[in-house]
Amino acid sequence: MSAILKISDLRVAVDGKPILKGVNLEIRQGEIHALMGPNGCGKSTLAYVVAGHPKYEITGGAIELDGVNVLELDPCQRARLGIFLAFQYPVTIPGVKVSDFLRHAVSNVRNPDRKEGEGLIPMKDFRKELKDRMSEIDIDSEFARRYLNDGFSGGEKKRMEILQLSLLRPRFAILDETDSGLDSDAVRAVSEGINKLHGPHMGVLIITHHERLLEFNKPSFTHVMLAGKIVETGDASLAHDLHANGYAAVRERHPTEAAEEQAVTVKE
Amino acid sequence: MSTDLAVQEREDQDVGVGDYQFGFHDPTDKYVFKSRRGLDREIVYQISEMKKEPKWMRDFRISSLETFFQKPMPSWGGAVEEIDFQNIFYYMKAAANLEKSWEDVPEDIRKTYDRLGIPEAEKKYLAGVKAQYESEVIYGSLQEDLAKQGVLFTDTDSALRDHPDLFREYFGKIIPPNDNKFAALNSAVWSGGSFIYVPPGVKIEFPLQAYFRINSENMGQFERTLIIVDEGASAHYVEGCTAPTYSSESLHSAVVEIVVKRGGRFRYTTIQNWSNNVYNLVTKRAMAYGDSLMEWVDGNLGSKLTMKYPAIYLMEPGARGETLSIAFANDGQHQDAGAKMVHCAPNTSSRVVSKSISKGGGRASYRGLVKVEKGATNCKSNVVCDALILDSKSRSDTYPYIEAEDDQISLEHEASVSKIGEEQLFYLMSRGMTEAEASAMIVTGFIEPLVKELPMEYAVEMNRLIELQMEGSVG
Ligand SMILES: Nc1ncnc2c1ncn2[C@@H]1O[C@H](COP(=O)(O)OP(=O)(O)OP(=O)(O)O)[C@@H](O)[C@H]1O
Ligand SMILES: [Mg+2]
Repeated sequence: MSAILKISDLRVAVDGKPILKGVNLEIRQGEIHALMGPNGCGKSTLAYVVAGHPKYEITGGAIELDGVNVLELDPCQRARLGIFLAFQYPVTIPGVKVSDFLRHAVSNVRNPDRKEGEGLIPMKDFRKELKDRMSEIDIDSEFARRYLNDGFSGGEKKRMEILQLSLLRPRFAILDETDSGLDSDAVRAVSEGINKLHGPHMGVLIITHHERLLEFNKPSFTHVMLAGKIVETGDASLAHDLHANGYAAVRERHPTEAAEEQAVTVKE
Repeated sequence: MSTDLAVQEREDQDVGVGDYQFGFHDPTDKYVFKSRRGLDREIVYQISEMKKEPKWMRDFRISSLETFFQKPMPSWGGAVEEIDFQNIFYYMKAAANLEKSWEDVPEDIRKTYDRLGIPEAEKKYLAGVKAQYESEVIYGSLQEDLAKQGVLFTDTDSALRDHPDLFREYFGKIIPPNDNKFAALNSAVWSGGSFIYVPPGVKIEFPLQAYFRINSENMGQFERTLIIVDEGASAHYVEGCTAPTYSSESLHSAVVEIVVKRGGRFRYTTIQNWSNNVYNLVTKRAMAYGDSLMEWVDGNLGSKLTMKYPAIYLMEPGARGETLSIAFANDGQHQDAGAKMVHCAPNTSSRVVSKSISKGGGRASYRGLVKVEKGATNCKSNVVCDALILDSKSRSDTYPYIEAEDDQISLEHEASVSKIGEEQLFYLMSRGMTEAEASAMIVTGFIEPLVKELPMEYAVEMNRLIELQMEGSVG
C-alpha cells in the first residue's frame, strides 16, 4: 500500500511573521508533484518545515506521513521515517569526509533504530554501493574523500544532494531548486537519477523555476504558491504555461493573495 | 587519514569517560618504598638515595628544591593556588615482584579501554599491568633493531645510570630548574620518563611509543623526558593515549627537554586525557639548530587544569618549528594551552595551529608567545587559533603575545571563535544523524586537520574519545 504525505492547513511563522498561511498538499508514493511560485512566496519554507528545521514556528495545521504526526519528530527521526530534502543551499561541513558522512547517514536511515555508536553498515558493501551510485550520477570517486561540500562548486553541491537521495532512497523527497545552477548534462543526469528512483516507491515534490527537470520527470500535479498559499493546482501543462507566461495571470485570478504578497515578500 | 568514526562497533554503555571514578589505587603494601606526604630536603634526599643516584644529581635535586621554594606561583594561567604541595606523596616505588594482573583492573576501566579500541598491550600498560608476551616480542626485536643503529631508547632513570656522560651533557640544560616553579619542582623530585638518543644520520621510520618501554616505571607524576636527535637524524615519539589516565595524586608536573641538531627532524606527539582531579602543569621545550625541524603535536583532554605551552627555540638559521595543538575542555575543566616560539637566529620560521573546543561549562584558553630576538632578521611566524564553543555555559579566550626586537620579520596571527551552527546541525540531522552524533561529527571535522597528523591508531582513538565526550550531552 502506498504511503501518503499529507499537509493540511499548515501555518508557519518566522520571528512572528506569518509565511505559510494554510497550505494543503497530499503526495502519494510514486507521484511527482511540481511546486512553482514567485521568489519569496514560501516554497523553501514549506520544504524546511517538512524536514523539521527548528527556526520555524508552526502556528497551525498538520503534517502526517501515513497517520504519523510528523511535526512531533525531530529532523533525524523524520529522515529515518523516509523524508528527504535536497537543499536549495547545501551546507558545508569542514573536516567531515563525504564517505564517512554518507556511511553514517545510510546506516541511520536504513536502520532507524540505530543508536549513536552502534555498528555501521559494512565498509565493503558500502564502498561498492557508493562507487556505483557516484558513477551513475557522474561524480568523480575522488569526491568521497573530500570534505562535505567544502569548496564544491554550485553544481557539485547539487549533485551531492542527488547522490544522498539515491543512497538514502526516501519515501518522500523534496527537491528545492535542485536544477538551478546545473549545466544541461547535469540536469539530465539528475533527471535520470530521479526517474530511476521514483518508481512506485518515492513521492517527489520538485520545487523549480525551470522546465527542464519537469520535461524529464513529468509531474502529475503542478501547484502554484502565492503569498504562502497554494492557489492553483493543475497538470504538467500548468507548469509549461507559468514558465512561458509568468505569474501575472495567476495574480489576476487571485487578487487577495497578490495583495498580501506585496505586504509580506521581501525581495532577495 | 579517514576519520573512521566508522570502524567502531562498540556496545552501548552508560559509562561516559567523564563519569569515571578516577583511579584504581594499589594498596600501599605493594610498595617497597613510599615517601611520606610532603616535600622537604629529607624527602628529596631519600628519593635520590633510593635511586642510588650520583652525587651531582642529588645536589641538582636539592638545589632545585630551594629554587622551587623561592619561586612564586605563577599569577597568570589557571587557578593553581589551590594545590597543597605538602599533601602529596612525591615518590613511590612499586615492589618489583608484585605485579598487578589484568583481572585486578576494575571492570569499568577495562570496558573504557575496550570501547576505545586500544591495543591489548597498551591497555595493560595503561592499567599498570606488566606487558604481555606478545609485546615483549615486538619490543625485543624493535629494541634490537634500534640498538644496531646506535639508538638509545630507555627510561630516564636507567639512562642516568647507563649513559652518564651523554645524560649529564644535556640534562637540565634546555630547561634549567629556575625556569619556572613547576620545572624546579620536577627537577627536585623527578622519576621515570623517556630517554632517547638518535645518532647522526639515523632515520627511524616508525614512531617510538612510550608503551613499548616495558620493564620500567610507568608514567609517573613527575616524569622527566630527555631526547637528543643528532645531526641529520630523524624520529617521531608518541606518548600517552586517549584513554583516561588515572592518577591517584592530583598533581602531574612533567618536564620534557629536546635537542634537535643541525639538519635533524623530530616530532613529539602527545595525547593525554587526565582524570578530572588532576593539575597537569608541564614544561616542554625543544632547541632546534640549523635547518632542523621540530614539531610538537599535542592533544589535551581531561584534567582540572592543564597549563602547557610547548616551546621551540630556533637557535640557528634555517631552523623551523611547528606546534599543532588540540584542547578539549569539558565540565569543570580549564585547558590553558598554547605555544611558545623563540626566534634566536635569522631565517627561522615557526607555525602554530591551535584548535580548542569547550563544552558543558569548560574553559579553553590559547596562550602563545612569539618572540623575535635582536638580529633575527627574515623570520616568519604564522599563528592560527580556532575555537569552537559548544554551548553558552562554556568559554574560550585567546592570549597571543608578540615580542619582537627586530622588525625585518613577517608575523601573522589569525584567531576565530565559532559556535556549532544551527544550519550544520540541521543539515546532518536531516540525513538521519542524532543531535549528539551530528555535534560529534562537526567537532571531529573541526579537529580533523590536526587529527590527520596523528599516527593512524591514535587518530582513531582521538575521534572515538571526542564522540564519548559528546555523548549524552545534548537532546
Ligand atoms: N529567518 C527568516 N527571517 C525572516 N524572514 C524569513 C526568514 N526565512 C524566510 N523568510 C522570508 O520568508 C519568505 C519565504 O521565503 P522562502 O525562502 O520560503 O521563499 P521561496 O519561495 O523559496 O523563494 P525562492 O524562489 O527565492 O527560493 C521570504 O519573504 C523570506 O524573506
Ligand atoms: Mg527557495
